[in-house]
Amino acid sequence: MAKTYFTQDHEWLRVEGGIATVGITDYAQEQLGDLVFVELPETGRKLSKGDTAVVVESVKAASDVYAPVDGEITDANASLSSDPSLVNSAATGDGWLWKMKLADEGQLAGLMDEAAYKAHIG
Amino acid sequence: MTGDDSRHLPLEDIHVAAGARFGAFAGWSMPLTYPAGVMKEHLHTREHAGLFDISHMKLFEVSGPGAIALLDRACPMDAGALDISQSKLTFFLNEAGGILDDLIVTRLGGERFMVVANAGNAIADEKHLRALAADFDVKVEPLDRVFLAIQGPEAWAVLSRAGIETGSLLFMHGTEPRENWFMSRSGYTGEDGFEIGLPDTDARELVTRLLEDERVLWIGLAARDSLRLEAGLCLHGQDITPETDPASAALMWAIPKDIRAAGTFIGADALRAAVERGPAQKRVGLKPEGRQPVRGGAALFDADDNPAGHVTSGGFGPSAGHPVAMGYVTTALAKPGTRIFADVRGTKISIDINPLPFTPHRYRKG
Repeated sequence: MAKTYFTQDHEWLRVEGGIATVGITDYAQEQLGDLVFVELPETGRKLSKGDTAVVVESVKAASDVYAPVDGEITDANASLSSDPSLVNSAATGDGWLWKMKLADEGQLAGLMDEAAYKAHIG
Repeated sequence: MTGDDSRHLPLEDIHVAAGARFGAFAGWSMPLTYPAGVMKEHLHTREHAGLFDISHMKLFEVSGPGAIALLDRACPMDAGALDISQSKLTFFLNEAGGILDDLIVTRLGGERFMVVANAGNAIADEKHLRALAADFDVKVEPLDRVFLAIQGPEAWAVLSRAGIETGSLLFMHGTEPRENWFMSRSGYTGEDGFEIGLPDTDARELVTRLLEDERVLWIGLAARDSLRLEAGLCLHGQDITPETDPASAALMWAIPKDIRAAGTFIGADALRAAVERGPAQKRVGLKPEGRQPVRGGAALFDADDNPAGHVTSGGFGPSAGHPVAMGYVTTALAKPGTRIFADVRGTKISIDINPLPFTPHRYRKG
């Protein structure tokens, strides 16, 4: 059964079988506005928590999306190359950014559940 | 979102009610986007009519027997050659020929002019103008106005429905249709449109009437920026600064020939010398290959990886359908079609020098 976690930086992780699918929250996409480009990571790249994994570009500005935990990229959402606006229209669904194999599932304990995240964004 | 020291627009309550997202710009808390979002706002302006609150910009009335002489000293222009109601893009230059601000000057009467200045420079502009005015018999009066822009192919029609006839007014002309109103056919989107300075009460009434028309949508600063960038128009502080002169900024067209040769404006000698030398770098349009935007500040390189200049403004052009940018490149590279490269986070992106504007201007010139 997949479990979903949230970060202070407005990312979500859906974890199943040691693999996390990562995206930005609806709140984050609203703040960014219309996305026009997503710079996707290469499969196999190893990331430490806090590393820039993806850069999302709106009409106006570029913003980094950080790795919420340590791990290795196993997949990136290629459909965003042709349609970056999926992040706006389906931030928590088809607009996912990348998948990563977790290096240390213990790090998940430091993240928020949905109720805590909702309280965080007020 | 913005600090307490930000200045607030007189119509801020209307923008809040319209669902605007605010951000800081030039010391003001400005609506960046409305619920429609930057993409829709941009495209709506090109197709219908966009309403912009540009009250952060400043209007000055310059009047008196010395008004023409003051403007000819402060700006590389021939103020006396303007017809009544004619507007002109001009500049305040420093002694080195650098651009302190870009302005629109409109002749309202024999000895009366309206000067429209950028928000970020308004205080410095007023100081500068007042200091110069001490030598002339002239009055410099900052006006307390709401300033609205209505831009797009249907701008004239929605104004007409709101009871404001624009019929005979042509691009880069301005009039005073009512008491304490100033209306010019101008703007910063590349579209036909109008800018109207007017008192608070009148502005609220006009906004209400305009928004009753479904062709009108509030447009935020984010779309204003993408619209002006596609139109190849400079943002002072980014694309033109006190360190750039009109020659390198490719804005010499704004200076009449005889003024270039014999004008006695501030910075005249330096500008003439710069023209004589030929600028080392020139402002150009830049079209990045692919979908990835290249932003202001990115370094540019030629095919041999030598430094070639830098990007001053960059983003995505919703109407162009691709990333758009402008910047300064070594004069030898400043020809449309030349391939150069931008460094974006360590990756080299191919960029072609592109003619400006990216989207054709659709001004109503006659």
